[in-house]
Amino acid sequence: MPKLIIRIFRVSPCLSRTYPMTTYMYPNLSLENNKLDNGGGGRDFRGISRFYKRSTATRDQTIVEDDKTVGEWSTDSPRITCRTVDVHYGAKLAIDKISLDIGRNEVISFIGPSGCGKSTLLRCLNRMNDTIPGCRVRGEIKLDNEDIYRDDIDVVTLRAKVGMVFQKPNPFPKSIFENVAYGPRIHGLASSKEELAEVVEISLRRAGLWDEVKDYLGHPGTGLSGGQQQRLCIARTIAVNPEVILMDEPCSALDPIATARIEQLIDELRELYTIVIVTHSMQQAARVSQRTAYFHMGKLIEVGATANVFTKPLHKLTDDYISGRFG
Amino acid sequence: MDRLNDGHTVKSYDGELEHLHCLVLEIGGLVIHQVSEALAAFKSRDPELAQKVIAMDNEVDRLEVQTDDAVSKIIAKRWPLSSDLRLVIAASKSVSDLERIGDEAVRIAGMVIQLFGSESNEPNTLMLRDINRIGNLALISLRNAVEIFDVWDEEKAMRVIESHREMEEEFQGDLRHLLTYVLEDYRNIGFAISVILVIKALERIGHHAHNLAEHVLFRVHGEDIRSRQPFQDG
Repeated sequence: MPKLIIRIFRVSPCLSRTYPMTTYMYPNLSLENNKLDNGGGGRDFRGISRFYKRSTATRDQTIVEDDKTVGEWSTDSPRITCRTVDVHYGAKLAIDKISLDIGRNEVISFIGPSGCGKSTLLRCLNRMNDTIPGCRVRGEIKLDNEDIYRDDIDVVTLRAKVGMVFQKPNPFPKSIFENVAYGPRIHGLASSKEELAEVVEISLRRAGLWDEVKDYLGHPGTGLSGGQQQRLCIARTIAVNPEVILMDEPCSALDPIATARIEQLIDELRELYTIVIVTHSMQQAARVSQRTAYFHMGKLIEVGATANVFTKPLHKLTDDYISGRFG
Repeated sequence: MDRLNDGHTVKSYDGELEHLHCLVLEIGGLVIHQVSEALAAFKSRDPELAQKVIAMDNEVDRLEVQTDDAVSKIIAKRWPLSSDLRLVIAASKSVSDLERIGDEAVRIAGMVIQLFGSESNEPNTLMLRDINRIGNLALISLRNAVEIFDVWDEEKAMRVIESHREMEEEFQGDLRHLLTYVLEDYRNIGFAISVILVIKALERIGHHAHNLAEHVLFRVHGEDIRSRQPFQDG
């Protein structure tokens, strides 16, 4: 704390200003006593030091309720509903009683510090956590009113419906065409070569990659740039006709130009799909999503319209996180 | 839950926000001084003091430029969000209100020079009584508005906003009052117009103080209350 005070004094020339607040010039002025008495006295204000109240001291308009989610966690006609979802990794509780609705044709971003459970919840939405030993999911997660954790659910079909794009682009070591054609082929979504070629073209067009690769479809996908590889992965996800696309920090390995292209793509894809994006970039969450959910230590702290969360969050923890006050 | 820090993880960001906040307060202090000196110049019929008030405007302008610069730098470097974003917006808007208050003080000072600069003009002292009253109200409002910008006091901000009605009523009352002097003797019209211009400047100062209080509420609450009708009677 002393260090901070020293810094404030160093950067704040007004603390030695020539014209201080006139509280000292007109001591009799107040709202309670609406009289002005300057009477020629009290003008010599030089040398008066003033206790300076730090602007950060007043942040009392936010709510602090440790366990309760604040904001609009439910929506009308949601595509995905999560109710009291708990996830354990062995004995460790990774997410704790999270309830959240994800609407149709919306982009929702999950934000929060590392280890807060945002990626864990994301992976629950297409049962990617099934592959992690010791992971137990309790509660209810429904996609279009169907419980995705029912025993008779085909996980492969579920993962086609709820596709995923990862942090690091991971194209198959195959041609660009084969990268996109692989999914539709194994899911039987194309009955002929022509139809498959059409699916590949539509997917690459939707991913905004067609014009760049149409003459090189036989070239290896791994030969593309990072941003192109990520768009190829998005095309691969789109090719199996999903309803929901999950994105786990899709731009963290990309340069700003590639990031902007992915963000533009997310904006366009919103018309057709529900998109859930985990991001560490607050600005990216603010740019691409309509709703934002803030997680903290396994709890869903706040959900709301992105514009509100980033300008007037309801919860103090959200406020502290997005304004960079965690330490 | 984690223990939370009061300040930002990046301490220099705290310093930059404090610097901005202090700049606004510095301009606030300066314009309060400017307005009070302009009123004192009117009261004491002192054109020299009025000249000093006019000269102070350069300092206000310099600080305004400095504040705008600080705002741009914070936005470019820090991408402020939430309460920080609201602070930056409130600071930016408040500075422009304060600068206009400074302009109104200069206008009053200009009137002092015009009215009392030569011996030939001997104004009607009865008319000047109105200026003292509305001047006090404007100054109280301004001083309270700058003070609440310092401490972010929501309740006091509401009171400044509510007190604006009194200011408006006083202004209307003064206009009617001055009209009686004109009706009494049409030769008073020139001087009455000057006094009306001064009163109007003071009324504008009160209005800008009201705006400052709105900016404080925006900073604290995140709500823009300009769309509300503050003076609606129940």
